[in-house]
Amino acid sequence: MPLHHYRPPPNHGGITSTPQQQVTHQPPAMDVLSQLRHQLADYTNSLHRDGFLDDQFSQLQQLQDESSPDFAMEVVSLFFEDCQKLVTNMARALELQAVDFKQVDSSVHQLKGSSSSVGAARIKNLCVAFKTCCDSQNRDGCMRCLQEVNRECVLLKNKLQTLFRLEQQIISAGGSIPM
Amino acid sequence: MESCNCIEPQLPPDELLSKYQYISDFFIALAYFSIPLELIYFVKKSAVFPYRWVLVQFGAFIVLCGATHLINLWTFTIHSRTVAIVMTTAKILTAVVSCATALMLVHIIPDLLSVKTRELFLKNKAAELDREMGLIRTQEETGRHVRMLTHEIRSTLDRHTILKTTLVELGRTLSLEECALWMPTRTGLELQLAYTLRQQNPVGYTVPIHLPVINQVFSSNRAVKISPNSPVARLRPLAGKYPGEVVAVRVPLLHLSNFQINDWPELSTKRYALMVLMLPSDSARQWHTYELELVEVVADQVAVALSHAAILEESMRARDLLMEQNVALDLARREAETAIRARNDFLAVMNHEMRTPMHAIIALSSLLQETELTPEQRLMVETILKSSNLLATLINDVLDLSRLEDGSLQLDLGSFNLHSAFREVINLIRPIASVKKLVVTLHLAPDLPEYASGDEKRLMQTLLNVVGNAVKFSKEGSISITAFVAKAESLRDPRAPDFFPVPSDNHFFLRVQVKDTGSGINPQDYPKLFTKFAQSQSLPTKNSGGSGLGLAICKRFVNLMDGHIWLESEGLGKGCTAIFMVKLGVTECCTESKLPAATNASMNHAQTAFPGLKVMVMDDNGVSRMVTKGLLVHLGCNVTTVSSGDECLRLISQDHHVVFIDVCMYDGYEVALRVHEKLTKRHERPLTVALTANSDKATKDHCRRVGVNGVVLKPVSVDKMRSVLSDLLEHRNLV
Repeated sequence: MPLHHYRPPPNHGGITSTPQQQVTHQPPAMDVLSQLRHQLADYTNSLHRDGFLDDQFSQLQQLQDESSPDFAMEVVSLFFEDCQKLVTNMARALELQAVDFKQVDSSVHQLKGSSSSVGAARIKNLCVAFKTCCDSQNRDGCMRCLQEVNRECVLLKNKLQTLFRLEQQIISAGGSIPM
Repeated sequence: MESCNCIEPQLPPDELLSKYQYISDFFIALAYFSIPLELIYFVKKSAVFPYRWVLVQFGAFIVLCGATHLINLWTFTIHSRTVAIVMTTAKILTAVVSCATALMLVHIIPDLLSVKTRELFLKNKAAELDREMGLIRTQEETGRHVRMLTHEIRSTLDRHTILKTTLVELGRTLSLEECALWMPTRTGLELQLAYTLRQQNPVGYTVPIHLPVINQVFSSNRAVKISPNSPVARLRPLAGKYPGEVVAVRVPLLHLSNFQINDWPELSTKRYALMVLMLPSDSARQWHTYELELVEVVADQVAVALSHAAILEESMRARDLLMEQNVALDLARREAETAIRARNDFLAVMNHEMRTPMHAIIALSSLLQETELTPEQRLMVETILKSSNLLATLINDVLDLSRLEDGSLQLDLGSFNLHSAFREVINLIRPIASVKKLVVTLHLAPDLPEYASGDEKRLMQTLLNVVGNAVKFSKEGSISITAFVAKAESLRDPRAPDFFPVPSDNHFFLRVQVKDTGSGINPQDYPKLFTKFAQSQSLPTKNSGGSGLGLAICKRFVNLMDGHIWLESEGLGKGCTAIFMVKLGVTECCTESKLPAATNASMNHAQTAFPGLKVMVMDDNGVSRMVTKGLLVHLGCNVTTVSSGDECLRLISQDHHVVFIDVCMYDGYEVALRVHEKLTKRHERPLTVALTANSDKATKDHCRRVGVNGVVLKPVSVDKMRSVLSDLLEHRNLV
């Protein structure tokens, strides 16, 4: 077992570890970095705690390396585009008099798949409820679910934008993601 | 008044007579009247009297006679005409009845007489029957006694009890004075008094068996009356003047082996015992037939009972013997086990204990060789080294051999490179051969598989031994080693006609021939070649210092590998060919047994664990597609993504190693099925993996039916993907 190259074990909690282990005596330039890192860690923790994100998101973050440094961001952007498209489709379908629940169901299915691939936990759970409404052909229920999904999407988008901004700041401050 | 010339009754002389007549008539009449009354009275009382009509007749006769006589009384004096008429009537009637009665009596009296005779006859008969009854009762009682006796006899399997009971019961039933049983002695020449009724402990009387009286009894199966004076009957001093009759009967002693079901034994070669019964003396009793029959029956029963008892005794004896033997065997087995255990312990200890000092000696001697030594010292050290090497080899051989003998040696099977094994052996032997200026050639057949599965170490040991022998026993010339796969025809060795190797799909027989131009083998020595410690006495071999174990060990190794080894030589000085065949397993890809740890370790740490693995991902969800692609790229794969079934089927080929199919797509299963049928079945590539968000049974069943090689649950983590890929590549299926 090579002893000269130590890598911290991959953590699944998405909690990036090092800030807590920092020694207090630091060169001043590092203060900013460590502060930023601290912030990022706290923010990520809170997102996980509140259920916005789950393990899958950490997996995505792990997939970032030299060849694809913005992998997570790319995936997330794709997700939100997809989400927007699906929501629009569903809204249109539900406005009709004769609602095609099959179509709505397939859209929900897609959304569920995407959100679970990205790690958007709350949205995924909403999709489950949405699907039940679809199965029982409950138009009002579906409308309500759709609105909630929309809201959640927007919320998550904002939060993730904050997260990515923090990461950018860290990178520009000289640090690296993941740490 | 008329004068009647009636004659005055002449009273005076006839008056007395008339008076007497008168009185007699009166009494007669009286009697005649009373008789029927008596008759009636008594007949009425008796109730059984067949001839009533006769009685009536007789009564009438008597009454009329009486009446006649009564009326006669009146005729003594002057009587009127009426009286005369009455008298006449009476007399007429009486005459009629009397005649009738007389006629009747002619019939009746013979009957009455015959009744009497019949009565007498019946009385006689009754008496006779009574007598017979008494007889039968006696017989019945004796019969009962016999049954009881038989029951007693048969209810016990103890010989002594049987015989004693017989005598007692017989004595009681027949009221015998004495009853004795004579048994033949072991020699069969004498009869010995075994049991008696009255005497408690018969002293050992013996009589020779060939007395005429005894022969007489033995020759018939009936009870025979014998003289009371014969030696078998003279058992005790005579109690009375006239000794009672004596009867003797034979009791067959049935031998066990005589019991054949369909064939009752002939009584020719038989032993008999003699039973003697004596009636009480001074009684007039005689032996009745039925008593004799009883005695015969009893004798037979006794015979049967005795044989049963004998059988039982035999079987009990046999059982005891078996138990003893069992115990002894058990003990022996335990001793053997202890011995084996002790030996194994000894070997295990000696194995280590002997080798350690040996290695120390060898190692240190080698080290010593490296230092500065004078020529004498060097010579000494070399000798020490040589001797210790020899000793080490010897120890190893002995220990190996004992394990081989034990049967406790097991082959270490594994895959190995056959070609390199041969090359290694050649390399080992080449220096020694070149010192002796021998040319060593190796020829491996082209169809010899490169890899095989078997015990590499022991195969090499065998090969080394054989080649080493070839080198040892050749002073000059060449050694040629050929190895090839044995074909069916060439599998037979004329010297071992009962070796029939059967090649199968998974195995092949490796045939190795080592030919040398050495001293050859004396045909006389051939049988001893593979025997332990037996060395041929010819000079060259004596000096070469073999332990004589090498070939024995080789033979055992070869046998363990289901093979055969033998030597062929045309005689002394004509060289020798050693041939052996062993069964090896066919193995395709070599699982490099020397590198397992390294690859596992590398897999755990490498990020690019699957370089160049061509993977296709089919998923209609853009995000999922991107994520899966990202995962696989992270692991170093070469990824193609498609979003529809058609595109997938268009682009898929056998170049792809793995294809991930999202079966939640509407045609996901169909695509998987098509891929499986088109490609995976025939070319073993690509491997199909179903991606699904459902882990329920229905999905799993569907996947199985479609024939995918594995099912993975979405979303997939990096580690999961890594383990999935490694499982797939190793086992072609997800376990």
